[in-house]
Amino acid sequence: MTVEREMEVRLKDVCKSYQRGSQQVPVLEKISFEIARGEFLALMGPSGSGKSTLLNLLAGIDKVDSGTITIGGCEITTLGDSELADWRAASVGFIFQFYNLIPVLTAYENIELPLLLTCLSRRERREHVLAALEVVNLTDRMDHRPSQLSGGQQQRVAIARAIITDPAILVADEPTGDLDRVSAGEILNLMDHLVRESGKTIIMVTHDPRAAEKAHIVRHLEKGILLES
Amino acid sequence: MFMLKLIIRNSFRHKLRSLLTVTGVAVAILAFGLLRTLVGLWYLGVESSSSTRLVSRNAISLVFSLPLSYKERIRQVTGVTRVGAMNWFGGVYITEKNFFPNFAIEPLPLFDLYPEFKVSNEEKKAFLLDRQGAVVGRKLAKKFGWKVGDRVVLKGTIFPGQWEFTIRAIYHGAQRSTDETQFFFSWEYLNETLKRTIPRRANQAGIYVVGVANPERAAEISQNIDTIFKNSLAETMTETEKAFQLSFVSMTEAIMVAIQIVSYVVIVIIMVVAANTMAMTARERLSEYATMKSLGFKWLHITTVIFGESLFIAMTGGVAGVLLTFPAANIIERELAQFFPVFHVTPTTTLLQLLAAFLVGTIAALFPSWRGSTITIADGLRRVG
Ligand SMILES: Nc1ncnc2c1ncn2[C@@H]1O[C@H](COP(=O)(O)OP(=O)(O)O)[C@@H](O)[C@H]1O
Ligand SMILES: [Mg+2]
Repeated sequence: MTVEREMEVRLKDVCKSYQRGSQQVPVLEKISFEIARGEFLALMGPSGSGKSTLLNLLAGIDKVDSGTITIGGCEITTLGDSELADWRAASVGFIFQFYNLIPVLTAYENIELPLLLTCLSRRERREHVLAALEVVNLTDRMDHRPSQLSGGQQQRVAIARAIITDPAILVADEPTGDLDRVSAGEILNLMDHLVRESGKTIIMVTHDPRAAEKAHIVRHLEKGILLES
Repeated sequence: MFMLKLIIRNSFRHKLRSLLTVTGVAVAILAFGLLRTLVGLWYLGVESSSSTRLVSRNAISLVFSLPLSYKERIRQVTGVTRVGAMNWFGGVYITEKNFFPNFAIEPLPLFDLYPEFKVSNEEKKAFLLDRQGAVVGRKLAKKFGWKVGDRVVLKGTIFPGQWEFTIRAIYHGAQRSTDETQFFFSWEYLNETLKRTIPRRANQAGIYVVGVANPERAAEISQNIDTIFKNSLAETMTETEKAFQLSFVSMTEAIMVAIQIVSYVVIVIIMVVAANTMAMTARERLSEYATMKSLGFKWLHITTVIFGESLFIAMTGGVAGVLLTFPAANIIERELAQFFPVFHVTPTTTLLQLLAAFLVGTIAALFPSWRGSTITIADGLRRVG
């Protein structure tokens, strides 16, 4: 008996090109693949192969030229800008290479940021933020500004911010690209923990083979084409 | 709440940059306020002049005078209540630098024609009894330390000689805008002296100040006066005191227009400077705005943050500029009293200053907001590192 696993992410014939001067430069050509719920997928490939572009498309921060992307049953390629923003706020968590924390906000406030778009009360928000700080083990640093934290700590704050609204999928663009080996290990363990304990689906772009090792599936992108695994 | 926190923290991020911008706006708003006050002042004399007063002068030019015999004939025109001969004396007190307006005027109608000059009854009486007496404004007396009873000598320019006066009365303005820097003395003193020294210039009035009971009939009365002297040797030109003063003002109007333009140019300059600063700031933060958008924040949030910061900085500068205007105006009023008897900042000026600061903040935020809210997240994020 085969169990039909629920597909969290489906891409079908996704094409994307950029305008460079008068030229149309294709970046992604007819990408199709699926990711099951609770999967940890690593996307590898040389620089400029279109990894970030692909990640941006399925996180709803860039738009396809053609093709469809369905995430958790929602066809996001049909959504307008405003709907897409609401969808992102509820459904995706972002982890960036350079953490992208707001410098004038404390760790606590950075993590709270996505919750300000919800209708949670101040007290409820506080409970959520404290729980997330617990998960990333930074409770003692919550009043620090990003500039007062190490790279690894900043990335943990970013992870806490990514999971604060309890989204089904997390996208990470080279999350360990700017970190030393020890910090990178911590971040990867944390992501692994999130997949195992919270059932998150993670899509991670990486150059780091050790990072790819943690993933369940590794796919390679080359010149805009997804290689067969 | 959160937006406010972000706006204020962002404003203090580059302390030096913000401080310089705030200072720039403050200085510009101060300059704008002072220039506007100066221009307003120029027209103030006109606005505060009474429309119950007409001025008859020689139709050819102010340089020519009118015969004394006209006085009775003007008085007989219906609607006219009082007539007083008056001459611009142009005397100098010690040195030219001590300039103040001084006039010879017939003492009897003076206080009836100018009810805005408040004088006690005793001083009024003393002035009327002394042919060489003078009535001076409160500010003028204060400036030179004159008291009732002091002797003052003016050197004549239009009417040669040393002219000696005794201060008999000091007037207070009925309103703040009343000019308290003028000097009046008896027209008879001037005329009697001229009869002895330069007889051909005696019995001539520079102008006649004409009091009318009903200001609504001013135009009609003016015309009636001028008709009497039509085709005589000295035709008259009668108009309201306001119109009369405007004819002086219009000579300097070009300068006033220039000053007005400069006051706007100052605002435009600071607008450009502030816009440049805000554009620089917003460019540095594009990736932050993109990050916020990736988290689900929308263009309205981003615009609020940028406008908030721009307005916060501009209004801080604006309020500082307004607050500096008052002491600055006081210093000008004290130090340059002979040119600006009342250097008073009006509520309208304050309002215009705040409006200008608001405009600076708004305009400065326009381009950065447009940029911050239209840049795609993917492009904005690319700017990291
Ligand atoms: N906004 C854009 N405008 C023009 N070209 C772009 C843009 N974004 C990406 N590209 C181009 O698309 C290609 C893929 O970029 P990217 O997805 O960032 O690659 P990777 O993340 O794999 O290094 C590159 O050649 C890049 O120059
Ligand atoms: Mg990339």
